[in-house]
Amino acid sequence: MILDSLEVLADRFLEGTGWDVKERGACRGELCVPLPEGSLDADGVVRVEPVAATLGMPLVHDADAGLWAVGPATLGGRALPTAAAPQVTLPDRDGNPFSTSSLAGRKVVLVAWASW
Amino acid sequence: MWQALREELHPAGVEVVTVALDSGGAEAAAKWIDRAAPRHPSLIDESHLTAELFGFVNVPSAVWIDETQTLVRPAHAAHVRRSSFEDAEVPEGLGRITEMLREVKKIRRTDPEVYVAAVRDWVQRGADSPYALAPDEVVERSRPRPPGHAEAAACFELGRWLWDAGRRQEAVAWFRQAHRLQPDNWAYKRQAWSLATTAPGEDTDLIQGPTDLYEGNWLDDVRAAGAENYYEPFD
Repeated sequence: MILDSLEVLADRFLEGTGWDVKERGACRGELCVPLPEGSLDADGVVRVEPVAATLGMPLVHDADAGLWAVGPATLGGRALPTAAAPQVTLPDRDGNPFSTSSLAGRKVVLVAWASW
Repeated sequence: MWQALREELHPAGVEVVTVALDSGGAEAAAKWIDRAAPRHPSLIDESHLTAELFGFVNVPSAVWIDETQTLVRPAHAAHVRRSSFEDAEVPEGLGRITEMLREVKKIRRTDPEVYVAAVRDWVQRGADSPYALAPDEVVERSRPRPPGHAEAAACFELGRWLWDAGRRQEAVAWFRQAHRLQPDNWAYKRQAWSLATTAPGEDTDLIQGPTDLYEGNWLDDVRAAGAENYYEPFD
């Protein structure tokens, strides 16, 4: 996830990382990890640095561009920290957003391909 | 390619979602989507977010998700049709293309008959299928993610963002860093190489040959890694 500030709304953090930051911790499916106090403020703003440190997410800074990139969690050391499928919302070829959450109740085969 | 299987299995409660990992966006992916004319959701992922979330490192790759939105197969190479390259004679005298096609023939793909049979078995038997893994096993069998691989994802994202912003020299530096940190991530490599070598308005460059920008290129890197290691087998 690309950021121009180390404070970001929880909804956007969820969309970009798959981790739902709540008062009790950061959750992905049934897996919840306690966070340091003050990681989430009353307005739903996530302080990225303590959350990233707790989940083992690298925070890479490009000073010239004024950007940070948050990498995926390394908690547990596997690409999938849990079997709960993260929800993604992406556009189709016409730009219309589609969310995989709309497919609850169906089996899904999600296939990655590319033009390259 | 997935359309026929989707049409067969959709009445049984299955949906196929195809995601183009394409930083070139609709400009790069739309013509392929239009040609396939899918009836299933066909999405475009410019930032490779799904690769990060699910652990894809090459294409085609897939995950299986059950009705409760629980993963039952982690990322794996997913081939539902035999590649025409596998049976074709390699033409001589085409220089780098000939050399590439020799490597392509050595690539070990998922057997489409085995793979499609496994999908059908899961659809029919659900959690009783031997191909549907328990949650702990899904996590255990997902790719290792050491800190360097997670950092590679962050570097790739910076590169992608800067490339899209037209800051290509800076973008290349981040792409190169991602390649160094996770050399077996073919998605990071093939994406960055093709962005650099595809002429504006042209079809995506699949040769991805040597340039001054990158330390590697498709042919040399596949030879170095071993073509047989290009895809993770479905087992």
